[in-house]
Amino acid sequence: MAHQTGVSADADDAGRVSLMNDPKARGLVFQALLIIAVIFLVYSGVSNAIDNLARAGIASGLGFFGERAGFDIGQSFIPYTNDSTYLRAFFVGLLNTMVVAIIGIFLATVIGFIVGLARLSKNYLVQKFATVYVETLRNIPLLLQLLFWYKAVLSILPSPRAVGLEPGVEVVFNLNNRGLYMPRIVPEGGAQFILFAFIIAVVAWFFIGRWAKKRQMATGQQFPVFLTGLALVIALPLLTFLVTGMPMSLEYASLQGFNMVGGWVIQPEFMALLLGLSLYTASFIAEIVRAGILAVSHGQSEAAFALGLRPNLTSRLVVVPQAMRVIIPPLTSQFLNLTKNSSLAVAIGYPDLVSIFGGTVLNQTGQAVEVISITMLVYLTLSLLTSAFMNWFNSSVALVER
Amino acid sequence: MNKKILSAVVGIAAVAGMGASAASAATLDDVKAKGFVQCGVSTGLAGFSAPNDAGDWSGIDVDLCRGIAAAVFGDATAVKFSPLSAKERFTALQSGEIDVLSRNTTWTMSRDTQLGLNFAGVNYYDGQGFMVRKSLGVNSALQLSGASVCVQTGTTTELNLTDYFKANDMTYNPVVFEKLEEVNAAYDANRCDVYTTDQSGLYSIRLGLSAPDEHMVLPEVISKEPLGPVVRQGDDQWFNIVKWVHNAMLNAEEMGITSANVDEMANSTDPNVMRLLGKEGTFGEGIGLGNDWAYNVIKEVGNYGEVFEANVGASTPLGIARGVNALWSKGGLQYAPPLR
Ligand SMILES: N[C@@H](CCC(=O)N[C@@H](CS)C(=O)NCC(=O)O)C(=O)O
Repeated sequence: MAHQTGVSADADDAGRVSLMNDPKARGLVFQALLIIAVIFLVYSGVSNAIDNLARAGIASGLGFFGERAGFDIGQSFIPYTNDSTYLRAFFVGLLNTMVVAIIGIFLATVIGFIVGLARLSKNYLVQKFATVYVETLRNIPLLLQLLFWYKAVLSILPSPRAVGLEPGVEVVFNLNNRGLYMPRIVPEGGAQFILFAFIIAVVAWFFIGRWAKKRQMATGQQFPVFLTGLALVIALPLLTFLVTGMPMSLEYASLQGFNMVGGWVIQPEFMALLLGLSLYTASFIAEIVRAGILAVSHGQSEAAFALGLRPNLTSRLVVVPQAMRVIIPPLTSQFLNLTKNSSLAVAIGYPDLVSIFGGTVLNQTGQAVEVISITMLVYLTLSLLTSAFMNWFNSSVALVER
Repeated sequence: MNKKILSAVVGIAAVAGMGASAASAATLDDVKAKGFVQCGVSTGLAGFSAPNDAGDWSGIDVDLCRGIAAAVFGDATAVKFSPLSAKERFTALQSGEIDVLSRNTTWTMSRDTQLGLNFAGVNYYDGQGFMVRKSLGVNSALQLSGASVCVQTGTTTELNLTDYFKANDMTYNPVVFEKLEEVNAAYDANRCDVYTTDQSGLYSIRLGLSAPDEHMVLPEVISKEPLGPVVRQGDDQWFNIVKWVHNAMLNAEEMGITSANVDEMANSTDPNVMRLLGKEGTFGEGIGLGNDWAYNVIKEVGNYGEVFEANVGASTPLGIARGVNALWSKGGLQYAPPLR
C-alpha cells in the first residue's frame, strides 16, 4: 500500500523511488537478513552439537589442549616429549605438514617446469619421455603412488644392521631403511653471526638487483647481478665463519644397538611422501606450463627475433612473462592440492597433522567434533594463505598493460 | 528474490529441527525393525574377527555378535559386519552406524566415561606384548632401548608403549600407521625392529607374516587389556542384552551345556539349568526377549569354552591356552554373575 501512495505522490519526480523499490536499499536489507540467517544457522548448529554431545555423555570443549599428551612422535621440528601438551602435539603435526607441503611445492614446481618445457622440446626422446611421465603419473591415484614409493624405498634399502657398519663407528653418510643419515651441524657460541652474514648477503643481492635494473633502464648498461649475488651469499658467511673462529662442529651418526644414533636423519616416510607428492603434482604442473607457453602467440617470439633478441632472452623477456599470466592461477590450485593431499601421509606412517591430531589425539581424547573441526579449519587457513600469497605474486608479475 | 528467501527459511528450519529429533532411540526396536544386528569388528584379526575367502566372518568377537543375533531373532546369521580400524570404531558406535562394537577393544576408564559408551563385559583378558625377529637375539623387552617400534594409531597400545619405555628409562622411535595391514607390511619390510599390540593380536598377526617362524613374541606383558563388547550409553535394555548374552555363554560352560547337548539338557531338572534355558522364570521378558533367548545362543553359537576352542584354542593355528581366560572355577578370571 505504502509504495502505491509513494509512487503516485511523486509521480512527476522521476529520480525518486520509494525505499521498497530502491534496488540498493532492498539489496542491503536482503544482505542483512542473509547475515542474520547465517549467524543463526551457525549458532544453532554449534549449540545443537553441544547439546547432543552432552546428552550422549560425550566429553566436549577445548580443555584437552592443555592436558599431557602421553604419546611419542617419530619426527618433530620443535622440542616435544610425551610430557608435552596436546597443543604442542598439534603444532608438531602442523609443522610436519607444512614442511612437507612447502618442500613438495618447491620440488613439484621445479620438476613441473622442466617436464613442461621438455614436452615442448624438439628433441624426440626428451619430448616422448616427458609425455610418458605426465600421462603415467597423473593417471594413477596418488594413494597408490605413495604406497608404491614407500614400499619401493623400504624394500630397496637394507636395514641398518645389514649395511655392514661397525657398531659405534661414526659415518658421514648412510642410507638404510630407517632413513638417510647425514652429519648434523651443531652451532656453538658466535654461530649466529654466520646467519646474520647470510641474511645481509641476501638483502644486498636484492638491492644490487634493483640498482642494476635502474641503471640498465637509464644507461642500457648491464650488470652481472646473479654472479655477484651468488658470490656474496657464499663468501660473506664463509668469511664470517673463518673470522669468528669456526664456531660450528659436525655431529655424525653411528650404529648403536638397533638403530643409527646422532647426526641428521631424513626418515623413509618423509622421503616417500615428498617423492610421491612432488612427482604426482609435477605432472599436472607440467601440463599447466605447457599450456601457458603455447598460449603465447607465435608472433610474439617472431617479433622478438626480428628485434634481434637471442632465443634465450626471447623466452626470458617475452614468452615467459606472458605465459606466467596464464600459468599462475591454475598453479595455485596445484599448490593447494599438494598441501591437502599431504593428508594421505598417515597411510605411510608420516606423522602429519591428520595422523597426529586427527588420529592419535582424536582417539585419546575422544573429542571427534572438536578435533575434526579444528583440522578442517587448519587446512582452510593454509589454503587461504597460499592463495593470498599467490594472488600477491600474480599481481606483482602481471603485465603492466599500457 | 522471494523464492530465495523461502528456500533459506526452509533450510534454517530443517537444520534447527534436526537437533531436536536426535534423541536416543531404543536399539532393540531398531534392530528388530531392520531384521539384523549391525556389528562393528576389526578389519581382519584371525581368531577374533576375520573374513574368510567367501567373506564369512569368524572369531570370538564375531561369535559374540552371532550370539546377540541368536538371542534377539533366534537366528545367529542375522548379523551384518562393519570392519573398522582402531581409529574409526568409537565414532561408528557413537553415530549409530553399528549397534554393538565387538572388536578387541580394551575397557579403560576414559573410554567408559568420556565417550558416551558402556563396556558390557570382558570376553578376552589380554595384555600388551612385543614381537621381534628372532635374528635380533633379543629375549626380553628390557633390551629394546633404541629400537624402532611399529604401532597402530588410536589404540591403548600407543600409550602403554610410551609409559613402558619411560618407566624403564629406555628410548624408542615410534612408527605409527592407521590401518592394520600397513603396520603389518612395515614390520614385515623390516622398517621396525619391534611390533607391539595385544599379545593375542601378535600371535594372530605373526601367522600372517611372510615367514612366521622367524619371529617371536617376547615374554613381557606390559599392560592389562580387558577386551570386550561396547554399546552406546543411555540404552540400558540393549546394554543388558549384550551383557547377558556374554554371561549366558559363560554360565553355560560352567554348567556343562554345549551346543551339542543343549536339547538334552533342556529336560534337566536342575533349577539353574532350567532358568538358563528358559524352562523356569521369565528372564527373557525382563530384557525384552523371548524366554528361550539363552537356549538359542547356546544352540546356535555354543558356550564360551566352545567358542574359545574353535577360534583361538589349542586346535587352531593360534593355539592360545585358556590361561586367565579359563572359568573362575578352573583358576581363570572368567566369572559370570548367576542367572537368578
Ligand atoms: N586393545 C587395544 C588395541 C586394539 C587394536 O586395535 N589392535 C589392533 C592390532 S592387534 C587391531 O586389532 N587392528 C585391527 C584392525 O585395525 O582392523 C585397544 O582397544 O586399543
